[in-house]
Amino acid sequence: MTTAQLKETPLASAHRKIGARMVDFAGWNMPVQYKSIVTEHMAVRTRAGLFDVSHMGEFLVLGDSAHDFVQYVIANDLNKLVKPDMALYTQFVRPDGGTVDDLIVYRRKQDYLLVVNASNIDKDWKWLKEAANDFPGVELRNISDAISLLALQGPLAASILSGLAGNWVLDMPSFTYGEATVESMDISFGRTGYTGEDGFEIFVGSQDTEKLWNLLLQCGEASGIEPCGLGARDTLRLEAGLPLYGHELDDGTSPLESGLSWSVKLDKGDFLGAEALKLQRLHGLKKQCVCLKVDGKALPRQGYAVDSGLGRIGVVTSGSQGIFVGYPIAFAFVPPAYTELGKELFVTIRDTKVRAQVVKRPFYKRK
Amino acid sequence: MSDTGAKTLSYPSELKYVKTHEYVRVEDGLATIGITAFAADQLGDVTYVELPKAGTCLKLEDKFGVIESVKSVSDLYMPVSGEITAVNDRLSSEPELVNLDCYGEGWMLKVKMDNADELKDALSAAGYKEFCVE
Repeated sequence: MTTAQLKETPLASAHRKIGARMVDFAGWNMPVQYKSIVTEHMAVRTRAGLFDVSHMGEFLVLGDSAHDFVQYVIANDLNKLVKPDMALYTQFVRPDGGTVDDLIVYRRKQDYLLVVNASNIDKDWKWLKEAANDFPGVELRNISDAISLLALQGPLAASILSGLAGNWVLDMPSFTYGEATVESMDISFGRTGYTGEDGFEIFVGSQDTEKLWNLLLQCGEASGIEPCGLGARDTLRLEAGLPLYGHELDDGTSPLESGLSWSVKLDKGDFLGAEALKLQRLHGLKKQCVCLKVDGKALPRQGYAVDSGLGRIGVVTSGSQGIFVGYPIAFAFVPPAYTELGKELFVTIRDTKVRAQVVKRPFYKRK
Repeated sequence: MSDTGAKTLSYPSELKYVKTHEYVRVEDGLATIGITAFAADQLGDVTYVELPKAGTCLKLEDKFGVIESVKSVSDLYMPVSGEITAVNDRLSSEPELVNLDCYGEGWMLKVKMDNADELKDALSAAGYKEFCVE
């Protein structure tokens, strides 16, 4: 593996200094783990963890028709953000119903901030530029290179951030947005995350990233904070029942098929992909994402076949040990006839059909 | 697979090594087999080790089991030919022993070797370390 052509976040050398194992992820050289995935996973479930997710993309939408434009390109209803400093989870949907990307939209005072997956930055940018042709009053800016993103996650995340930004952050509702100046650094943050825990995703200028990273680790030390890599990010999001683009979502999979109908508002008015999604709802889905609790100790992994007992019916898209819940878990796509809770299915693990049960999403829900 | 961390891991000098990352410790004609610290480190958190039953006879380079970690799954290969006289049953409930103490409590098999000369082709600690670091 050569690292020459891989992109790096401003923290790459800081990660190596504390012993991170670095991997190629979506063209970026990123930390996959520091101490161990299990240690980091449990730290986030019980205390706090800090992730560098600066590879993610940030776009700004400005101008008189910014609201109408964003409302047109997302499947959720932007009008749920009734005032500035609120956020929502949504998807960009293709005219055929496939998913371009999933993202968080922040409504801010002057603009909309869209946070997209690193692997899709170029595709999303083209997609939005194209769609913006019908909205003359819209200005799009790709600020991904100027902005870093740190995710502070876990039951102690709010107390750690409040020590730096003020006690008011303790009262921020979920999916709201705030700004603060910390040691002369301008930071902003949503009470959002991708782990199933309370937490914040913190935006900071690239020049201040390392200073903020070190400051958060230092302030979290007494709380038992751990730096966490993409390995734990993946096991945490799976346990929390959150889809990952490229696994449960892609250009050939609709948000309805992925189990995200709660975030798709077909009655909000016209939007990109609405027709196809309405037809899917009318005629029924061809495949659906289910949560599987798998027997035994061998782990289900991406690409393994799912069997009804009478033949192959689907495929695992993500699988791992559920590190906190304590058993093997998976997301799989199967026809709707096999999605009933409690349904017994089988995952083929190295030629053995291992019993699995369809269970409610998520596998883990915080108290 | 190379990694700067590979230099700091343990490569006990009394052991023999093969390129599939198993080690062999020979005591009184009996071989104890497990995976190396380098392999355990690369795998990360081990969650499951599948081993054969005692009494099984296997040849050099035969697959003898499977090791799974949160990150990945790998096959295990015999570094010698022989009859398996014991397996480490503790690994079924404590697979993390492979991460914690791969050369001690995390051993996998005891093997009565068919031909101790097979180990002449195995790597020394220095040779194996060089193989891992490069």
